[in-house]
Amino acid sequence: MANADCIVIQGSNMAECHPVGYQWVAEAKARGAKVIHVDPRFTRTSAVSDKHIPIRAGSDVVLLGALINYVISNDLWFKEYVGAYTNAATLVHDDYRDAEDLGGLFSGFDAGKGAYDTSSWGYAERGEGAIDEPGPGSEHGADATARAAGHSYGSGGPPLEHAEVQRDDSLQDPRTVFQIVKRHYARYTAEMVQDMCGISVADFEYLVRAITDNSGRDRTTCFAYAVGWTQHSLGAQFIRAAAILQLLLGNMGRPGGGIMALRGHASIQGSTDIPTLFNLLPGYLPMPSAGRHDSLDEYLATIGSKQQKGYWANADAYTISLLKAWWGEAANADNDWAYDYLPRLTGAHGTYETVMGMLDDEVEGYFLLGQNPAVGSAHGRMQRLAMAHLKWMVVRDLNLIESATWWKDGPEIESGELRTEDIETEVFFLPAATHVEKAGSFTQTQRLLQWRHKAVAPPGECQSELQFFFELGQRIREKLADSDDERDRPLLDLTWDYPTDKHGDPDPEAVLAEINGRHLDGPDAGAPLSAYTELRADGSTAAGCWIYTGVYADGVNHAANRKPGQEQGPAASEWGWAWPANRRILYNRASADPAGKPWSERKKYIWWDQDQGKWIGDDVPDFPVDRAPGSHPDPSVGGPEALSGDDPFIMQADGKGWLFAPKGLLDGPLPTHYEAQESPVANALYPQQQSPARLVFPRADNPSAPSAGTKGADIYPYVFTTYRLTEHHTAGGMSRWLPYLSELQPEMFCEVSPELATERGLEPYGWATIISPRSAIEAKVLVTDRMVPLKVGGHTVHQIGLPYHWGVGNNAVVSGDAANDLLGVTLDPNVQIQESKVASCDIRPGRRPRGEELLALVAEYRERAGVTMETGNAAVTNPSAEGVDPTLED
Amino acid sequence: MGQLSGPTDPTTDAHWEHNHPRKGFFTDTSICIGCKACEVACKEWNHNPQDGNLELLGSSYDNTGSLGASTWRHVAFIEQGQERITQARESGRALVNLGMPRIGPPAPDSSDPAEADTTPPDTADFRWLMSSDVCKHCTHAGCLDVCPTGALFRTEFGTVVVQDDVCNGCGTCVAGCPFGVIERRSNGTVKVATSREDQHDEHPAVPNAGIAQKCTLCYDRLVDDQTPACAKACPTTSIKFGDHDAMVETAKERVADLHAKGLTEARLYGANENDGVGGTGSVFLLLDEPEVYGLPPDPRVPTADLPTMYRRAGLAVAGMAAAAALAFLGGRA
Amino acid sequence: MVQSICPYCAVGCGQRVYVKDEKVVQIEGDPDSPISRGRLCPKGSASEQLVNSPGRQTKVLYRAPRSTEWERLDLGTAVEMIADRFIETRRRTWQQNDSEGRLLRRTMGIASLGGATLDNEENYLIKKLFTAAGAVQVENQARI
Repeated sequence: MANADCIVIQGSNMAECHPVGYQWVAEAKARGAKVIHVDPRFTRTSAVSDKHIPIRAGSDVVLLGALINYVISNDLWFKEYVGAYTNAATLVHDDYRDAEDLGGLFSGFDAGKGAYDTSSWGYAERGEGAIDEPGPGSEHGADATARAAGHSYGSGGPPLEHAEVQRDDSLQDPRTVFQIVKRHYARYTAEMVQDMCGISVADFEYLVRAITDNSGRDRTTCFAYAVGWTQHSLGAQFIRAAAILQLLLGNMGRPGGGIMALRGHASIQGSTDIPTLFNLLPGYLPMPSAGRHDSLDEYLATIGSKQQKGYWANADAYTISLLKAWWGEAANADNDWAYDYLPRLTGAHGTYETVMGMLDDEVEGYFLLGQNPAVGSAHGRMQRLAMAHLKWMVVRDLNLIESATWWKDGPEIESGELRTEDIETEVFFLPAATHVEKAGSFTQTQRLLQWRHKAVAPPGECQSELQFFFELGQRIREKLADSDDERDRPLLDLTWDYPTDKHGDPDPEAVLAEINGRHLDGPDAGAPLSAYTELRADGSTAAGCWIYTGVYADGVNHAANRKPGQEQGPAASEWGWAWPANRRILYNRASADPAGKPWSERKKYIWWDQDQGKWIGDDVPDFPVDRAPGSHPDPSVGGPEALSGDDPFIMQADGKGWLFAPKGLLDGPLPTHYEAQESPVANALYPQQQSPARLVFPRADNPSAPSAGTKGADIYPYVFTTYRLTEHHTAGGMSRWLPYLSELQPEMFCEVSPELATERGLEPYGWATIISPRSAIEAKVLVTDRMVPLKVGGHTVHQIGLPYHWGVGNNAVVSGDAANDLLGVTLDPNVQIQESKVASCDIRPGRRPRGEELLALVAEYRERAGVTMETGNAAVTNPSAEGVDPTLED
Repeated sequence: MGQLSGPTDPTTDAHWEHNHPRKGFFTDTSICIGCKACEVACKEWNHNPQDGNLELLGSSYDNTGSLGASTWRHVAFIEQGQERITQARESGRALVNLGMPRIGPPAPDSSDPAEADTTPPDTADFRWLMSSDVCKHCTHAGCLDVCPTGALFRTEFGTVVVQDDVCNGCGTCVAGCPFGVIERRSNGTVKVATSREDQHDEHPAVPNAGIAQKCTLCYDRLVDDQTPACAKACPTTSIKFGDHDAMVETAKERVADLHAKGLTEARLYGANENDGVGGTGSVFLLLDEPEVYGLPPDPRVPTADLPTMYRRAGLAVAGMAAAAALAFLGGRA
Repeated sequence: MVQSICPYCAVGCGQRVYVKDEKVVQIEGDPDSPISRGRLCPKGSASEQLVNSPGRQTKVLYRAPRSTEWERLDLGTAVEMIADRFIETRRRTWQQNDSEGRLLRRTMGIASLGGATLDNEENYLIKKLFTAAGAVQVENQARI
């Protein structure tokens, strides 16, 4: 980011949430880069930006779509880059119909299932057909949603049958991606932005000028986002929209360009790479699903085709090496490498479905590992009531968080909904080790693995997760040792033998070595692998996470590399280790032009050296190092060998950056504006109000507020959005127990504009009660000009800011009502992340009622608004306007 | 006792026989992100106890309030509308036009910055000022000059430090400081949440209770050639640390730079060695009048005018109160 | 002095941990880090208090069904009890096949949440053990 000429921070409050990362923005600004903050609130980030542009929460696709439209219609796109490196010239199948033609729906919507059949979005094939996914054919969106398939594209694009696409390099054919994109965004104008986002035409022009003036051969613009983009019912599409813009402007794979995901936990990237996620296996391999992946052959056939381009074509080697790492000798060619030891998915088993499973008494035991869902997850009340249905739970944390003490001091005890004496749940609290009391690696937000050395032993009975799970595994295996039950084989055959120190603490480097992988036979048997390209599908290699292969090359822990930054170049490649293959900028082949020369001297990064016959530069080339710029192998060869010299996006099935996503997205091939699940504003672009493919949970305990245009919407007239403060960390488990941090932000508050304070009679620093259809909470009132009422569609929209760090309990230094109690559960269909950045509420002065009166207040609001289980949960808003047979809807 | 007012090198003045350059901070509030890392890093290094009462203070994001015995860095937050921004820009321009310290080379457009095409205040209708305050380590330090026990001393780095084992807690220095920085530490921490598990009752004993406490400019780190904790932590280098002369020079260049961009509201605080304290060891770049930040506009060391010491001190206190009131009003405007 | 990494957000700032008599006495920024260049935010600066906070829980606690209070339990007993419950729940809630006879080989009775603040090596063992046991409902903050 330090190399950027313009930085747009949108969906992130970077200076507050990533202060030390912000030094690079500050440095770029000091060099003259423009910094623009687009956010519903004027935050500490806005305070140090060149400009703050207030936006209505959840309307980002309108703004980004308008930027795309402006860039295309004013001919400001980077022609040479777009033509060569994106799929702009690729033809899409004839059957495709755009949301522009169907009132907001794309072709293939299945109203019965509330999901898309995505087959009509495919690339055109020679002849009549469309290029489908590999395997048995196009997966129905409803099934793909259930297994959160979108998540498995964390290290590369979705698979295709093959990459023999049809192109029109003149970009004139109406079926080209370029023309489709152009038509799709034609109505996303500056005026629409004013109407839907509340952003003035002047501010829009300022933004578009800053971005386009700072993009091209010589200059680059960078976007930075965080959960302000992800936590929406179409969160993945927010990011896609920025990706389209950045590809059109030629800002991907280049220094100072790109789209930075600013993640909020020390190893949240690592916990996605080596996933503690239901739908993934390490390295973004999908968890197998019953019916789709019943055999290894079926599984491998669907996850990557040998005929597609790039490195995902070798997914068989990654999968079999993982099975070898886990089950060693027990995984062999005769039993399909123990593929059937893997459990199968039959739908969505995400954290919110799990909580609903608890309420249905399907889940008996629950482990909480450094996480505080009673405060930090959406719909806190549902979370806590669900825990009361468990038989047993294990909470491993540093402090006695609210998720460990809800049974004695939670809000439901106070409201009378639960009685401690009636709760059957057994609770084990096990104290955890801090980051300095154990060694191991974190993967930070730029995919960089950094090793921490152990400074001291954990105090008392505190333990690392490594030691706890190692011992738990040992005990379970001992207890089952005599079992001849076939179901216990995967546990008993598991490779679970790690060297320990005198306290029984397993050696984390031994685990890292297993993750890295090793040769199993041949002259190098036992030796660590040095690159994922060495992985084989014949059982001769084992690796626990293929994208991390290389971190332990030559038996050296490269995550612990610590050559001081001041002694290295800007890429600092000898500090830690970045996956894949220690590359710091992904797809960096795009930093050179199609002929292999840097786009400009100023933005030089990786280039082709004709004399040496290879790619060289400041980073590890993210490309076959000897593939000459002009080479054009036959695409039918498949795999990395099929990549042309101008296919920089080597993990995409066709080697190109996708403006239009023919596969992979489940809620549309192009980002399209829909309103949030709850919104006081009607969608001015389409009859369709919300994203038709969003995941809704129509349950009595998960009611939604009516949206604009329906009865009762005025009962919850205000928009609220949740966020973090610099002084605290997420649900407070690592900050509200610390006096130094607690005293800096001691109390839960809400931020409102002076206009809203007047409208509702709110006293500065007095109390207010905020009511949603789920719950009501109280907070101190900060009346501030930093909150600006927005004129949207002729109405004034007031937004209320709610930090979410506080929770109700007696153990922390500071406590307070939890903002997340106000939220319901509605999810993005691609990745199953909840919509927590925008919802509807009312606000009134004074503290909230206690006991049963609290429940009565919330119920009374629901009644007045006429909220039922169906409210807001229809997939299609206006079937007649959108060409859908209304009888098909559930 | 050395020189009581006017420009001087305080180290030489205190009869240190060496060439340690005087050390100081330059706090550039124009790049402060208000993260409060300085407050925490300071408390953590110096083992200063929690002293907030765990309630919202009613002052934007500031819940610290002021410097004190256990708070040696304090970040102020000031919200301002357009009218005040214009006033600040005008008053800053007036300072330049009045021939205030000539700051660096004149910028090409400085004759009329408002017309420069770089007109920077893109967010001209609103701003949120953040500023980290600290002990000024004055050239003529009131606290030190009035200390009857000699507990306060001038270090070889030109800074002013309390010797905890000498101070008898008489409190004379508290009135002697024109900035209201030094205070006596109360002997107990504030009461925290009442209904807590018993392990929370075991608060570590408060160190140095009853005696005068303030920023030492991390004397214990300076002697080991280490940067003070606040400056080291500061994510955006808003807090810079170094030789005092170099800090003043950097500060002047920065002001010139901002003026060249049309930000005429930028001005220095504490860099004038002819002021009432002989200039301060900690200099600041402010974006509005000092009062807005709760800083006295014309600080004056009481010993500069010994006979009227108490009257002056009284005035300073009144000035502080007025400044606080102004800041409060500014926040509301 | 030991080199470490800040445990809060995902910027990954370098930390230097100073130890005296087996106790952490100071944690501050690592100037060698090309990511953070020695700087820390307020949370990172408070890391020493995270480790040494008087409010930190260092003993195992157990709450029995219907009980109104915590009781002490030693670590070994707790792990033993958890292992028993794990096996028992797994057996009781086992699903070998779905209604169409397709292999499922799993339990829906055991779930887990957490991992984004843990080490890669820890997440690896957690995922490995739970998957081998057939527990698929393993989740973390990345979904939230």
